[in-house]
Parts: sequence; C-alpha cells; structure tokens
Amino acid sequence: MSPLKIKKGATSHSAYDLRPTFSDKEERHTLAVLVENEPGVLSRVIGLFAGRGYNIDSLTVAEVDHLGHRSRITIVTSGTPQIIVQIKAQLGRIVDVHKVNDLTVEGPSVERELALFKVTGTGNDRIEAIRLADIFRASVVDSTLESFVFEITGTPEKIDAFAELMRPLGLEEIARTGVAALSRGAVA
Amino acid sequence: MTKAMTGAKMVVQALIDQGVDTVFGYPGGAVLPIYDEIFQQNSIKHVLVRHEQGAVHAAEGYARSTGKPGVALVTSGPGATNAVTGLTDALMDSIPIVVLTGQVPTFMIGSDAFQECDTVGITRPCTKHNWLVKETDKLAPTLHEAFHIATSGRPGPVVIDIPKDVQFATGTYTEARQVETHYNPQVKGDMEMITELAAAMEKAKRPLFYTGGGVINSGPAASQLLRELIAATGFPITSTLMGLGCYPASGDNWLGMLGMHGLYEANMAMHDCDLMINIGARFDDRITGRLDAFSPGSTKAHIDIDASSINKVIKVDIPILGDVAHVLEDLLNVWKSRGRKTDKENVQKWWHQINDWKKVDCLAFKQETKVIKPQYALARLEELTKKHDRYITTEVGQHQMWAAQYLGFEDPNRWMTSGGLGTMGYGFPASIGVQMGHPDALVINVAGEASWLMNMQELGTAMQYNLPVKQFILNNERLGMVRQWQELLHGERYSSSWSESLPDFVKLAEAFGAKGIICDNPDDLDDAIMEMLHHDGPVLFDCLVEKHENCFPMIPSGKPHNEMILGENADTANAIQAGGAVMV
Repeated sequence: MSPLKIKKGATSHSAYDLRPTFSDKEERHTLAVLVENEPGVLSRVIGLFAGRGYNIDSLTVAEVDHLGHRSRITIVTSGTPQIIVQIKAQLGRIVDVHKVNDLTVEGPSVERELALFKVTGTGNDRIEAIRLADIFRASVVDSTLESFVFEITGTPEKIDAFAELMRPLGLEEIARTGVAALSRGAVA
Repeated sequence: MTKAMTGAKMVVQALIDQGVDTVFGYPGGAVLPIYDEIFQQNSIKHVLVRHEQGAVHAAEGYARSTGKPGVALVTSGPGATNAVTGLTDALMDSIPIVVLTGQVPTFMIGSDAFQECDTVGITRPCTKHNWLVKETDKLAPTLHEAFHIATSGRPGPVVIDIPKDVQFATGTYTEARQVETHYNPQVKGDMEMITELAAAMEKAKRPLFYTGGGVINSGPAASQLLRELIAATGFPITSTLMGLGCYPASGDNWLGMLGMHGLYEANMAMHDCDLMINIGARFDDRITGRLDAFSPGSTKAHIDIDASSINKVIKVDIPILGDVAHVLEDLLNVWKSRGRKTDKENVQKWWHQINDWKKVDCLAFKQETKVIKPQYALARLEELTKKHDRYITTEVGQHQMWAAQYLGFEDPNRWMTSGGLGTMGYGFPASIGVQMGHPDALVINVAGEASWLMNMQELGTAMQYNLPVKQFILNNERLGMVRQWQELLHGERYSSSWSESLPDFVKLAEAFGAKGIICDNPDDLDDAIMEMLHHDGPVLFDCLVEKHENCFPMIPSGKPHNEMILGENADTANAIQAGGAVMV
C-alpha cells in the first residue's frame, strides 16, 4: 500500500458535537452540505435519507465553486436531536462530503426561498391578487388578461402565507425552489 | 515520471503498485482486456472462483486474515450483481476490499446493452464509495484512491466500474504518490476525553472492557495495546463476535463472547458493570438486547473511528472519536502518568461476583448418547487443533455461535465470520481466501450443511488451486437456527426448516476429486478429525450431529441481559413474550 498525499486544507477533525443531550421532541434543522461536484453525490445523499428513514422537508443543490469543483446542498430536515446528530454524522462519512454545517444550531442564519405562483381570475379577485402581491413584494413576471405569474422570495413561512391568501383568489399552480441558507456575519 | 499505457495495463500496474499479490475473479466480456493483461504477467496471482459471490467473500477472507485489502475482479451485469451480497457483507463488517467491475463501453452506457447494469447505482448503498471511470487518464488515480479509501478510517468495500473502451484506450499512468486526496479521517482521540476515561477507570468499582471488530481492524498494534492495558488494570474483558482474538481466550481476564448467544458471565457483567469501555464495537442489536434495560447503571465510554457509530443507539457518556490503536496508546500513557490507579478492593469484589457467575458453567453439555452433540464436535475440534496457528471461518447459524463459544482464539485475524449481514455461504469461499493468504496454515471452515451448500461450487476452486481447506460440516439436516426460533417462537411449526434431499457429502467431495469423511459416532470423532487434519488437500467432513440441539445460552428477543435462557434445565416454553416475536 502506498500512502497518498493529503490535500491542503483537508480536515481530520469532526465537526460534530459527540455529547448531545437527547430528547424526544422533533426539531427542524437546516443543514448546509458542501460536496465534491461529482456524478452520483446527490444520489448518495438522497439515498442515505431514504435508506435510513430520515425526513427531507426541502432540498436544494447547485454548484457554488466551479474551480474548486464544489456543490452546496441545503437540506431542511426534521427529527429528534439524536436523529439530527446521526444524520450529520452519516452525511459526514460520505467520502464526497467535505463539510456539514448545521445552520440551526451554529449561530444565526438567513433562509430564503423563491416561488412562482400562477393565479387566474378576473374582476375583483384579480385586483385583490395584485394588491396582495404588492404587500408581499411579489413581482409580476407574466401576465395575460385572466392570469398572473408572481415571483416571490422570502422565508418558507412567508411563501406559505402568500399561498394561503392566493388560494381563494384563483391559485392554479406553485413552483418552489426549496430553501437556500447562509450563516449571518462575516465568517463562512 | 509518467507512463503511457492502456487502461487494462493500468489496472494491473496499479494493483502491483498497491502491493496486491492475489486477485479473486471471474472473467467475462467486459473485463477481457484486463484478463489479457493478467495473462501476460507473473506478479499477481489470479484465483478463478466459480461464482462472483465467492470471489468477494474470498477477498474478504483474505483481507481479514492478512490485514491487507482484498481484491476481486468481475465482469459487468451479472458479474456485478452477483458481487452485491459480498459487498454488503464487507460494508456491514467493515472489511477493506476493492472490487473491480467491467462495464459496457462508455458509448453504450444507458442503452440496455448486453450484460449492462447500473453498477454504481446498484452498489452505491452497499459500498463505502464507488466510481464509474469514464476517462483512461483518471483510471490510475481512482485505483490508488480506492485503496486509500477502502483501508483508511472505518474500512469498507469500494467498487471501481471500468467501461471496456476505457480499458482498451491508452492514457497516462499516475503513481500513487502523485495522487491527492481529501479523505483523511481523524485517528487521534481527544485528549480531554481520554483523560476523562482514565479518571473514570481509576474510580470504577465494576469496570468492563467490551471490545469489537474495530480492535481487529485497527491492526495488530491495537490488540497488543489492549492486552497491555488489561494486564495493567486487571479489568475483565468481553468481546463481540467480531472482536474474538483481540484478547487471548486463554487470558486470565477473558469472560468470553457476549450477546444473544454469549456467555452468562459476560452478559451478566455487561448488565451490572458501572463502567463500560466500548472499544471498536457498535452496540449492535445482537449485543444490547432490550435497549431500555441495557446495562442500566453504567457510565459508558465508546472509542470508535466512525462518528456515526457513537450515540447511534446507546447514549454514551465519554465519546472518543479515533482509531483504536492511537486512542489506546494515549489512554495507557495518560492512565500510567496519573499513577496507574484502580480501585483494587472493589475490582477484587467485582471479580468474586464474576467468578460466581462463571460457576454456572453455561457452556456445559453432556455427551451421553451415541449421537454426536454439536458442542462435543467443536470441543474435540478445539482440543485437537488448538496447538496449530489455525484460521477459522464459519457460515451462519447455530454452528457459527457454537464455534464462537467452544473455539478459543489467541490472536487477531484468526476468526473470519459474517457478523453484521449474517451471510450463509460466506465461510467456504472465505476459507479459500484465507488459505491463499496463508498457504501453509491450517484453515477450517466450521459450517452447517445448509449454509455450506449455498456456495458449494467453490469446491472446484479449492481443488484447482490445491487449497487444503477443511470443511467441518455440522450436519443436523436442519436449518438449525431457523428451527430453534420456530421451536421457541412459532409453536414448533417447522416451516421449511429442514434440509431435504441432501447430497451424500462424501460422494460429492469425491465427484470434485476431494476427500470426503463421514462421522456419526462420538467414539470415532477424534480419529476422523485427525484424518481430516492429516490429509493434504481439501476435505469435506460430514459430521452427523444431534438434529434438535438448541444453541444456549440465549437472550430471547426483547429481553435484557440478565434474563438469559440457559441450556439443560432451561424452561423455554414461555421464554419469549409476544412483543419479542417481531424482533429478528
């Protein structure tokens, strides 16, 4: 066996708190997973969640560093604290995973999601829809005489609230991107 | 230095550079270029198995007995799918193996070509990592990284899927030292935690070491350090099925295996200890029994290389992430530098208690009739072979548990058994792999007749390479463990649990040109075993044993450690509650 060179910046230290306190209460956590941009890596992550019976509430993925060949997967998941710790540890042992950050516990973070809403209607409903869109700072990206497509960004809760309001006004279809999230402050 | 060569040649070159001397495999259309290169060299010996599952188990046996990664080479499609059981087995037991699979040419991938399957897709959940290599230039770095990943951190199986056109094409060969990797698992444990454990050891009144396969996987140094630590502290030690041999069975502090079919004293000690030091074990369900009643009064320390093993099922108080050998070295140093303290008086009391439990003599059996008891067969095998530096493999079932109970292991890497996955058919091909790694050693596969038949085709391999593996078959004409569970849990309705239409094993051996021995009389057993040992070649030993013997002690499903069923006088009629029946 010939040893390989360890890349600069490769960390051998665990990011996980190995001594958690366990409770039975389900918690919602947002995980940022930095991965090698390789074929199959997303399948590996999703397969882990499916195979071990973990929840995925939302998942987004895109390349974030072309030169460094890295993608960022943002996963919103829920489970008991013990399960959350286990999910992070299981993600961490995937060879293509560089870093797992739990944005929910590692200090304050911002979460945003983008959604497109198709709303059809005429008369007062149509006027009310555009008035509410204005309140929610949603913009119109497509319009016909009997329909709008609104674009809205915000927290998942804000988008949920907008959906509730649009439902009686002729809501036809929603497309949501899932959550993207970053920690607040200067440190990555 | 860079060299141009074909992908097929790169495969052979990389294996040579990684120190591989043996490859277990089976050719087919998609790996022909690699087989052509193997034909033209003498550094690597290729062992032609009779089924790809056998190749992977043989590679596992080789890896577990030598401490080096095992290598298997199979073709695309059915070759790859047949390897899946072996891969899963290696993943569950953390065995470093590198499996090379052929693939249809890159331009045919996705076209449902002949013998095409999505090998990386199929093997993704049953490997530590896998790759589909689409460019010849990337082949050598991938091969080198594969060995690195298979053997570092928590070891495991890896698959490299190589399309046929990549094997034919010429590219640049990269040497291992030129390959960069980011995979670098932590091996040193946290000193604060190690100090905390040393302090806990000083205060412990009823301490217990609970060791597992991680000690074996960490290498011989880990076993050596463990022995030193136990000799210095005087603490008792028990081990999982996977960890047998890390501490000698003849050692003073040895309590025997623990768990579902573990020894009474080991399980009672687990239940009653006040400091449990888990070294490289993973609180498997065969070990813990009922979780809420598992060792209720103990402080638990856990040394493991895999963060996901820590706090997975049992909450531990002193978690130490790191390689066993590294952590034990630090632990010994810290404990010694603090003055080598233990609570001698209370540990002495603890030993008195343990010695009382030992008096139960839970493995006692009586060989009274003219029918061989399986326990007697193994006790005699132990007696007649213990002077050899022998290697034991097993299949899965009652015989496996009896082997673990009645055979003693003095050193690591001498015991190869399918622990996590419980793969019937593992032992025979594994024994072939062991014998390839240790040509002059005594290698015995303790088998049941049903398990053995699952990969019996490998008798051809044993004959072809003149591998004198001894197949010691405890033949009860039953799927013994299934039958035992049906007796205890399913109202004695023996649904499909007996082996009908069994072959005449002596004639079967002779059909392959091997030696067959049959023994059905306890008075003849010693002579028959000696005949097996003295024969220079593969032997099929058909040992006809008591058909309805149950394997005890047993912790019934859903029960805690202190509610074991013991043999002989045991009342098994109502041993398992309805809730326990859903557990496996």
